[in-house]
Amino acid sequence: MKDIVEEIAVKEKKTLGFWIYLMTDCVLFAGLFATFAVLRTSTANGPTGAQIFDMPFVLSETLILLTSSFTIGLAIQGSARGYKKQTLFWLIVTFALGAAFLTLELSEFSHLTQVGNGWDKSAFLSSYFTLVGTHGLHIAIGLLWLVVMIFRLWYLKFKQSDLNRLALFALFWHFLDVVWIFIFSIVYLIGGLS
Amino acid sequence: MRPQLESRHSPTRYISYVVGFVLSIIATLMAYLIVVNHVWPMATLIYIILAIAVTQLIIQVVFFLHIGRGSHWRFVTFIFAILIVLIIVVGTIWIMNNLNYNMMRMTPAQQELYMQHNEGI
Repeated sequence: MKDIVEEIAVKEKKTLGFWIYLMTDCVLFAGLFATFAVLRTSTANGPTGAQIFDMPFVLSETLILLTSSFTIGLAIQGSARGYKKQTLFWLIVTFALGAAFLTLELSEFSHLTQVGNGWDKSAFLSSYFTLVGTHGLHIAIGLLWLVVMIFRLWYLKFKQSDLNRLALFALFWHFLDVVWIFIFSIVYLIGGLS
Repeated sequence: MRPQLESRHSPTRYISYVVGFVLSIIATLMAYLIVVNHVWPMATLIYIILAIAVTQLIIQVVFFLHIGRGSHWRFVTFIFAILIVLIIVVGTIWIMNNLNYNMMRMTPAQQELYMQHNEGI
């Protein structure tokens, strides 16, 4: 009985530690958002947001990421009840959606650089690529983490430590979704107005 | 094999995720349609989009991140992070706008004209 109590205490501490990491990540993104907000109109005769953003494309990206945030929640629900197959299924769905999101984002980036609107064109585009690219990097790292967990679950026994890791991953993924909502609103919707 | 699971907190139910997901989609589509159809003038639109984004932040924090469940330190650090984020973002925009305003490249004649037109002096 004492062991279980101790284990829960350790788990809570780990969750809190990871949570504090996410909050510091928030501060990192706050800096990038502030930079973007200041440099939004500094287009240096280059294109403005309204000229380069493809709204339906961005909306589909947003909906994909939102759905993946939902499916990771379903995976957590499955794991909390001890259903391994269900957990694996939703993890793989989450991975597919996350990979689709990253592919769309990278294709948008390569399209922009190919038509000559790369990060070196103007301060606006520099801050845009830094902010959205940092989020994309987080997504890429999250996908790597997800692959490791899928393989662990596939080949090894389902353990309490796996559940704890999954819970932390879900926090990370939901957090990235929240950051994307602000990128969608501030960068694409407001940046695309002018 | 099913692991033995502790049940200190009641497991969050599926319904929480479904409600959060549906509300988030509604908020996203609402913001998108408002912008694409230019329902309001631009100055109003910015505030409405920000309001929808903050609403969606609250939706996701409540239904997905389940803040308030578990240790209260999570809630405290969250509020602290929000405070820091607001100081960084609002402070930066405030200072940089002020700087741009004070450093406008103008001749004295242009400045006088600007003051008459925009500041009523």
